[in-house]
Parts: sequence; C-alpha cells; structure tokens
Amino acid sequence: MALAEHLVEDAIAVGVTASDWRDAVRRSGALLAATGVATDEYTDEMIATVEKLGPYIVLAPGIALAHARPSPAVLRPGLSWIQLAEPVEFGHDKNDPVWLVVALAALDHDGHIALMSSLAAVLGNTPLLAALRDADSPARVLDLLATEGSPS
Amino acid sequence: MKIVAVCGMGIGTSVLLKMNIEKVLRELGKDGDVDVEATDIGTARGAARTADLVLTSAELVSEIGDVSTPVVVVDNFTDVSEIAEKLTPFVP
Repeated sequence: MALAEHLVEDAIAVGVTASDWRDAVRRSGALLAATGVATDEYTDEMIATVEKLGPYIVLAPGIALAHARPSPAVLRPGLSWIQLAEPVEFGHDKNDPVWLVVALAALDHDGHIALMSSLAAVLGNTPLLAALRDADSPARVLDLLATEGSPS
Repeated sequence: MKIVAVCGMGIGTSVLLKMNIEKVLRELGKDGDVDVEATDIGTARGAARTADLVLTSAELVSEIGDVSTPVVVVDNFTDVSEIAEKLTPFVP
C-alpha cells in the first residue's frame, strides 16, 4: 500500500513558513486536527515529547517524525505532511535543519504497521525525497507518494 | 538473538528503526535467528536486560541508563547502509 493511501490533500501543506520547531510541529498538528485524526491536545503532547526527550524525532537528515504516545487526543491513526519553505533547527546534532515534518498519530503500538511500512519505504528513497522537497502543491505530493511510495 | 529498537514513545521512530533492522537482517540472511522488538523509553531498561543488543538515537542513550547490553547509536534511522554497518559486527 502506498503512503498516499494514508494521506489526504487536506493533511498536506507545502511551502509552509514556520518561525521555529514548535511552530512547525504546531502546524503539522493543526492538519491532524483539521482532518479528524487528533484533537489540538495531541499537538501539545507532540511538543511536550520533544521538550522532555529532546529532538530525537529528527530521525534522518532534514526529516522530523513528530508524534506522541497514544492518548485520548488521538481519534484514529493517521498522518500529516508539512514541507517547510525555509528549514528550521530542532537542535539535533546530526540531522538539522528540518525541511519535512511528518506528524504521526496512533491508537496503540501495532495498529499502524502498514502505514509505518509505507512511510519507511518513502523515507528510505532518496530520489523520491528530492522530488518531494520540490513539490509545489499537496496534489503533487500525493501524486509522488502514489506512484513511487509503495514498499519494495 | 534479540535486538531492541528504542524510541521515546514506541510507536514512531522505533517502529521505523525496527523495520529497517529487519530489512538488514533479511539481506544478511539472519532474519530467522533474530527477534527485533520496538519499545518506548519507559520499558526500554527492562527490555534491554533480556536483549543482546540495543539500537537507539544519541538523545536517548542517557535515558536508557546503565545496562550491560551493548547500546548502538544510529544517526539516520532511514539509512539502511548505516544500520547494516553498525549491526553486522554484533550478528553472529
């Protein structure tokens, strides 16, 4: 299953201006709320996770996987996708600055494995990521994720 | 052999790391011999005691604390070649 099947256009934003990492995470959380994946409390929980444990969510160069633990603030498993106009610093030693914030919400530890498998395929595909970085619309992001985002 | 992938919450980064560890093990032909578990930081210390190897990010090493199990730091969780390079010396 391609990652595009786990995303809708309303959960994607490109060319987003964020003043700092908190702002970037807040915007990714706002898309989760707008698409009925989580409530606004989940956004606060994602920010608190980084404040407590550090910027480990920056799991690859330029990419942050914003998330918090399953909680009542999560309504269903889902994702949002924010491509930043200007990369922001999360304070990570190796992988700053971040141009892509993917926000993830899950209900438990296992219910979103298909989604994670699709996400792993996309994040491991360097040419695809380069194209995604230049994508100029949510529709373009979805197209790229639909055609090339299937797990190998 | 048992490998534990640790992240803060046990749902995001550690699941991704687990998938890429399993991919490396398949390429090494060792996937039948190794059990990979994704865990959150709260249960990591207990899980690490019964594991042969722990993989995590630099930020979380201090949270795991003192365990006798080897702890390997992965910088790029999506880079299968980095994971392969760091994992291979520990896989018999």
